This record gives sequence, C-alpha cells and structure tokens, in this order.
Amino acid sequence: MVAARYQTAVTLYPYQKVADQAASTPARHPVVIIGGGPVGLALALDLGQRGTPALVLDDHEGPGLGSKAICFAKRTLDIATRLGAGAAMVEKGVVWSLGKVFHGDGKVFEFDLLPEDGHRNPAFINLQQPYFETFLFDAIRRAQAGGAPIEVRGGNRVTDVRPAEDQVGLTVDTPDGPYAVEADWVIACDGARSPTRDMLGLSFDGRVFEDSFLIADVKMQAPFPTERWFWFDPPFKGAGQSALLHKQPDDIWRIDFQLGWDIDREEELKPQRICARVDEMLSAQTGEVPEYALEWTSIYTFQCRRMQAFRHGRVLFAGDSAHQVSPFGARGANSGVQDAENLAWKLDLMCNGLAEDALLDTYAEEREYAADENILNSTRSTDFMTPKSEISQVFRNAVLELAARAPFARPLVNSGRLSVPCVYDGLTLFGEDHLDGPPATRPGTPAVDCKLGQTFLLERLHPGFTLLAIDADTPEQIEAGGLLARRLELSAQTNPLLAERYLGNAPSAVYLIRPDQHIVARWPTFDHEAVKRASHIAIGKAAPCP
Amino acid sequence: MPLTLHPNITDPDGFYQELLDAHEGKTKADSDALNARLILILANHIGDRAVLRDALEAAK
Repeated sequence: MVAARYQTAVTLYPYQKVADQAASTPARHPVVIIGGGPVGLALALDLGQRGTPALVLDDHEGPGLGSKAICFAKRTLDIATRLGAGAAMVEKGVVWSLGKVFHGDGKVFEFDLLPEDGHRNPAFINLQQPYFETFLFDAIRRAQAGGAPIEVRGGNRVTDVRPAEDQVGLTVDTPDGPYAVEADWVIACDGARSPTRDMLGLSFDGRVFEDSFLIADVKMQAPFPTERWFWFDPPFKGAGQSALLHKQPDDIWRIDFQLGWDIDREEELKPQRICARVDEMLSAQTGEVPEYALEWTSIYTFQCRRMQAFRHGRVLFAGDSAHQVSPFGARGANSGVQDAENLAWKLDLMCNGLAEDALLDTYAEEREYAADENILNSTRSTDFMTPKSEISQVFRNAVLELAARAPFARPLVNSGRLSVPCVYDGLTLFGEDHLDGPPATRPGTPAVDCKLGQTFLLERLHPGFTLLAIDADTPEQIEAGGLLARRLELSAQTNPLLAERYLGNAPSAVYLIRPDQHIVARWPTFDHEAVKRASHIAIGKAAPCP
Repeated sequence: MPLTLHPNITDPDGFYQELLDAHEGKTKADSDALNARLILILANHIGDRAVLRDALEAAK
C-alpha cells in the first residue's frame, strides 16, 4: 500500500508492475533517484542523455497540486534548454523583467532586470511548478523514445535505505506490495521533509523564521501589467507586513501576504477570510473588486537550513532535501536544478569508470558552498522584510524613505535577491586564470551566453568538456587523465559581444569548460601542458608532475 | 584613506549645534528615524567598506 501524502496536479507516471518486483534476487541499478520532482527529473534526464541508466522512484504518480515554485531563473532555463525542455517552458511561462516596490501608499522605486543582449533565455519566467515538471517529463519521454536509459516508477515508495560499502539496498513499497533493489548510487531528491534523510538519521540544522505567509493564487482577467509588485507595510487592510502580486500563466496571479507568527492557521485559510484580504488588495488597485476565483491557497512558514554534508558515502542529497531557503529570491527549485546538473556529469564519469571517488566529494563541496550563498542571501532578505528588533525596523524604514528620493538607497532595499548561479571561486576543481580577461567569465563562473549568428554559445558547447578556442589555434580534441575535451572554434573578429564577454583586451583566448558549462581555466593561447594540468584538476585527479 | 579619529571638522561647535537643531522638537521615534537616515547617507558618502567597518568598530 502506498497512501497518498498529497494530491497530484496531473498523472504523469502511473504505477505499473515491473520485473524487478518478481526478481528472486534484488535487481542492481547504477543510479536510483528518490523523488521525481524538478530536481530528480532533471538529474534523470541529464544522466540518461549521457547514456547512464537512471531509475526514478516516486511515491506519487505526478507532480503535487499547487503552483509552488513559480519563478524560474535564466540559469535553470539554460540547463533545461540543454536538456531539451527549455523552449516549452519559455513559451508557456510569463516573461517579466519590471518590478515595482511600494512602501505604504507610495511607490519607492521601480527596477528593470534589463535583459542583456545576446542571451537565448530571459532573466526570469513565472511558471507553475507542475508545468515545469511536466515539461521535464515530456523531455524524458522523448529521450526514452531515442533510447535514453531512463525509467520513472510512480507509486513506488522507498521505505528502507541500507547503505553498504559496495552498494545501497532499498526496500520499495508499491500497490502490489514491497520489493527490494540495489543501487550503486542513491540520490535523495525527496524534498524538504526528506524521508531518506530521516531514515538515515541525519540532521537538518538551521534557523526557523517566526513568520507566516499566506499564498492566494487567484484566477482573474485583470488589467495589471506583467510586473512584480511588492509592498512593504501595504496600505490595504489585513495585508500584514508585506504583500506581493505577480503574474503566472493561465491568468493566475500569485498574491502573498506576510501575516506574522501568532496566527490561527485554520481560521486564516478559510476562503471568506482570504477573499476579504484579496478584495481589499485588488480594490485598492482598481477601485473595484474584479471577478476572480481562488485557485490554490496555502500558509507557509519557512526555515533556512542545510545538511552538514550533502554526501554520505553512496547516498547523496540534492535540492530541498539537502538545503532549504526562504522563498524570497526564488532560490529553492532554481538551486536544486543546479545541484542536479552539478551531479549528473560527475556521476556519469564515475559510472563509466572515468573518475575517482573524490570527484563526488566535489559535488558536496561545490553545492554546499552554493547552499551557503543562497542561505546567506535569503536570510538577509528575510531580515530586511521582517525586522527582528526595533532598531532594525528603524533602519529598514529609513532605507525605504530614502530610496524614494535618493538613488543610493535603492540597492539596499531587499525584497529578495533573485537567484543567480553560484561562482565556484577557488574551489578544488578549478584551475588557473592566465587571460586577464573579463571577470564575468573567470574560472568558476557558468559560461555566459552569446549570440553566434543564428545560434547561441551555450547550445554550441559540447555535452562533455569543451575546449573553447577564440581566434586561437588548438588541437581538435585533447585527452588527459581520462577526460576528453572537444574543441569549439570561434572568431570574435566580427562578434564584438563575444569579444566583450570572453576576450576583454586579449586578442585571443582558450577556455576549458565543464559539462555543466562552468569555466575551469583560461589562457591567452593554447598551452598543451597547461590544458592537461587543468584537465586533471577538473575531474579531481592529481595533476601530472611537470 | 583610512578612518580618521583625529579632529577633521572645521567649526566643531557650529556642526554640533546644527546636529542638535536638526533634532529640535522631534519625538524619539522621529529622531531615531532621522539618525538612521543620516547614518545611511554618510555611510554611502564614505563608500569604502574598510573605512565603514573601522568606523563601526570605533563606535562600539
């Protein structure tokens, strides 16, 4: 029996009986992913496209009901594009870049996440999470049809995890009863309440914020522009300390009210009570209450916390199971998808015997570093939005008052620092920077996109390692320490944007770029020994002696 | 330029009077708000994070 823990939005992977359930000895799988949310599906897709078998076990048969994560950032879209799901997301999603910040009755300022030229994907789209998961799953189906070894088993709940030295044993419950499987690697993508984490008795420490937020997603045809509107101390009745209005696809609007800590949840979730709040907010904008319907409502409190270690031998944690942040800044699902892409190529090399165990330690190193950055940003936003003392309230209001009349104060206003990918400055797998080039493409950064005629740079990068040669002579490919990097040859002579982003003042450049599109090292010209050295470093192997 | 803790204001008595005048007749809350704005404006003018850090330390 597998009892539902939540309602699903749509059925994507209905339970089906499989041969493993009748096997007399447990079947062995290279990679078992627990949880088919955005992180688990992205990981399975990435692995499968690289040819490494991925088995996803999910205790439901599709994404959970409710919009949940609604804001997907450019890096996530770049990853989804690489995986073949990005175009559908951007087409369905609401693209936005304008935001307005209000304090009480007055507008403090507005911002434009000025789209830079030459990127395939926008800075942000709003898209309900079930769509995001559905588009990933559609891409999985297409990959499966093309022979990618991906399997998603719905109605399969992992009830026991037994890590051993050379494998991990799993007990899986199904509508037809339990069965056992073994995995070389288990990746727990089972969310903030991760049952896997609990089964292994691992802790999840951090800070609980004493605040409650009410989400009301309403469906209406309203004349509001596609902008993010955020109020500190909203002037409309019952809105609490802050409020947010943001558009999603299908004429759905996300409305968020910050209600404080000491509330009666049950009472506040009553539709008539929610509607009273929404009425006040909407009529304050248009003078009347437009027709609308409540689509999805929820009250959440949040924590900023993370596991001490994302890797426990053959069990690794990714996404919310490993780290949890406040929703301000859209750093939950977005960072989880980056976990998945960080892990996919490393697991792929491991499963193919091309890397040593230490490579998986760097997954933990890099993504723990990223989680700390996300938690820091998210905590700072929360401290601004919910001042914790009288004096922090005084400073917060001083910033808001000044921001309305002095530009210098606007960067201090913090209603969420929107998710940008982490730069792995100085971490183990990154090498030298001998180019004196633009900081935006230094080692550790994710490669910056750039228009190349009819295509874009990120799409031209190889699935494995890329040796990017800009007006430089390099071999077609280079093999070192088990790593194969293939050349991508470009000229910046008629592409000033490429020169600006990758050359700076240098006449030529050679970049070594990872499968997850992060830059390993860069040089002004091709130096065989230097590239070999960086190639070893990039997969966690000791560099050969010079 | 490092943080200076040596006299640097011309006409110190005049400045002090202007500072107090700015708070004249204000409630505690309004005065606190004025001080906060003033700190933010001065901090932005200084800009240099090292100097600001030293100033925070010196004020403790």
